[in-house]
Amino acid sequence: MYTKKECVAMLLAGGQGSRLYALTQDMAKPAVPYGGKYRIIDFPLSNCVNSGIDTVGVLTQYQPLVLHDYIGNGQPWDLDKQYGGAHALPPYQTALGAEWYKGTANAIYQNIPFIDRYNPEYVVMLSGDHIYKMDYSDMLQFHKDKNAVATIAVQDVPLEEASRFGIMITDDDNNIIDFEEKPKNPRSTFASMGIYIFTWSKLRQYLIDNENNPEEDKDFGKAIIPNMMKAGEKLVAYMFDGYWKDVGTLDSLWEANMDLLNPNIPIDLYDPDWKMYSRNPVLPPQYIGPDANVEDSMISEGCIIDGNINFSVIYEGVTVEKGAVVTDSIIMPGSVIKEGAVVEYAIVGENCVIESGAQIGARPETVPNRDDWGIAVIGHKITVKSGEKVGPKEMVPDLRK
Amino acid sequence: MSLNKKILGVIFANMHEDVIPELTRQRTMGSVLFGGRYRLIDFTLSNLVNSGVSEVGVITKSNYQSLLDHLGSGREWDMARKNGGLHLLPPFSSTSSGMYRGRLEALYGISDFIKCSDADYVIMTDCDVVTSLDYNAVFEAHIKSGADITAVYSTSNLTLDDAARSNVFGIDESGRINNVLINPQISGECNVALNSYIISKDLLMSIVMDGAAQGIYSFAKSILQGKCGQYKIMAYKHDGYFSKITSIKTYYDANMALLDTASRQKLFLENAPVYTKIRDNPPAKFAIGANVKNSLIADGCIIEGTVENSILFRGAKVGKGTVIKDSIIMQDSVIGKNCHVECMITDKIVNITDGKILTGSKNYPIYVGKGAQI
Repeated sequence: MYTKKECVAMLLAGGQGSRLYALTQDMAKPAVPYGGKYRIIDFPLSNCVNSGIDTVGVLTQYQPLVLHDYIGNGQPWDLDKQYGGAHALPPYQTALGAEWYKGTANAIYQNIPFIDRYNPEYVVMLSGDHIYKMDYSDMLQFHKDKNAVATIAVQDVPLEEASRFGIMITDDDNNIIDFEEKPKNPRSTFASMGIYIFTWSKLRQYLIDNENNPEEDKDFGKAIIPNMMKAGEKLVAYMFDGYWKDVGTLDSLWEANMDLLNPNIPIDLYDPDWKMYSRNPVLPPQYIGPDANVEDSMISEGCIIDGNINFSVIYEGVTVEKGAVVTDSIIMPGSVIKEGAVVEYAIVGENCVIESGAQIGARPETVPNRDDWGIAVIGHKITVKSGEKVGPKEMVPDLRK
Repeated sequence: MSLNKKILGVIFANMHEDVIPELTRQRTMGSVLFGGRYRLIDFTLSNLVNSGVSEVGVITKSNYQSLLDHLGSGREWDMARKNGGLHLLPPFSSTSSGMYRGRLEALYGISDFIKCSDADYVIMTDCDVVTSLDYNAVFEAHIKSGADITAVYSTSNLTLDDAARSNVFGIDESGRINNVLINPQISGECNVALNSYIISKDLLMSIVMDGAAQGIYSFAKSILQGKCGQYKIMAYKHDGYFSKITSIKTYYDANMALLDTASRQKLFLENAPVYTKIRDNPPAKFAIGANVKNSLIADGCIIEGTVENSILFRGAKVGKGTVIKDSIIMQDSVIGKNCHVECMITDKIVNITDGKILTGSKNYPIYVGKGAQI
């Protein structure tokens, strides 16, 4: 049908991801590499396609070059469509002037004309911050069954962690009766996953009202959801108990990569029924040399490995020379770990060179005070010279100050 | 890289199938799997694309289902184009294209396609040679020498078996081919034909039309060999790395040669990538206890056992306690637990169940057909 889509997805990909520091200097967070050959945005995009949603607006703002280039015409995700498909939506100029996206609500507001082209019944709002596999069509069915105006996906988190999240308080019938942003004393353990389904005709009006009220924040959490609640609209929580991980910090990004190596953690990239798509590099197969020792790791195409690799995720085109040691680490595309270099508990960005004898990171048990320990991080295109040492918790370049 | 003149590429996807009948029983020569993630035609087609040839026709004869599936619209080679691009040319009714006996008849079958192209020159090439070849240099030599036909060759130490399945050129001091031996009974250092030719479109069409009128069909016999006195056929020496597949043994050796990093670097040049169909496999996974040495591993493999001196294609799985040595394991093959697999070539989707012992030898690798369950 060329006049209507039942459901359109809007992916908020404009965030800076400032807590990823060096990794997001030149690219927006959704473009950050993950899982050996993916970028974070591959997960929501692949979920959309696998859920039968073929129209996705990707709202970009911060450092969009890498992201725009990556999304292209959407072809790697089968999102190159005559009607629908993937569209990058950066802020634009109008007859009345130009403005940045002033918040999540304003970003969608500015793109009402895009959504209206597809005249959808429903809009799924997604972010480019999380690793998870989810069938949005199940959530949409739930939204329809409940006859809701807004459905918010939630995950039951441990009580001690609940204060890190937006918490939904529900009644016995999954209706959201209240919510709190990062509460000190959480009244519930249902954390919002940042995945929303709205009935478009309703949301559209709330966005317009929000835009016309200069007093209000232009933000879903601060204005749109509270306004809907105040007006007595039906908001429901949709429970999701699959793997879901925020990768907004260096530690969580590292952990989420390591989760792929843990057979007890339910994120399976090898499932043929829920394929994750990505833009594939044009590289020959990886070569594992005669002196290599590789265990409990994921390695991608074009790598040349002759060193020792344990419990690590190695992205495409990486070279690890003879005698080099990489353990409990993530090495992003195109980097070279030279002979005798040691990389432990670290994230090494794209196209770095770790020269012979350099040492990056350290095992936690080697640090007397556990608070001094953390993942070592090397940004993109950095050379760590021979003999140099980057200690645990250190960052090159250090942007924390 | 780009060619100034417009050149049409013509790939013969079925030629030389008889040299590896096991592997071509269900597919064309062009769609034979190679090097962990490729099909033979990937090298041929990528060479044309990387040289700036923007229009390519692929002639097929039979068993071409896997070839059509692999090439699709040509998008992965950047050849899904409005003008030019990739054209798949399966047999066409009422002409002899489907039943062709030789290159000239095959070309006659696609003569309308060639006539419609606005190219001035034609590159003809087969899928039995794995190499990285820059046709700009060949074309430059063709123009400079004023040749009617330029044939690409390289020098190689041929065994009797290799030579019996190759064409060998005699070349004079000026570089002109003055003698062509077809499948000769010789051995030693030879000028072996790499089955790539440049010719002007007009001359090609006149040769093809004359051939049809006179009932001659073999380009090698009737033109290269028969008319090397009449036409100026110049030899172009390709100095780069190549392997020519003439038997299951040379096919095996050509794959294994890629375990040598220097050879691989000569085949996979930074400025001339080898394109292939995308399968969206996740990265290869090495389990605890995996032990991999001197091997090429493609995406989507899951390795729990030992792999040595071997090539694993995309999606191959190796169970715990299993040893794979000197073998080629093709796409989506599953090797169970505690197996010993040595000097074997397993085709696609082969399933070797737990505890099996399969051994060939390096001079006679044993082939297991597509989909077999052992």
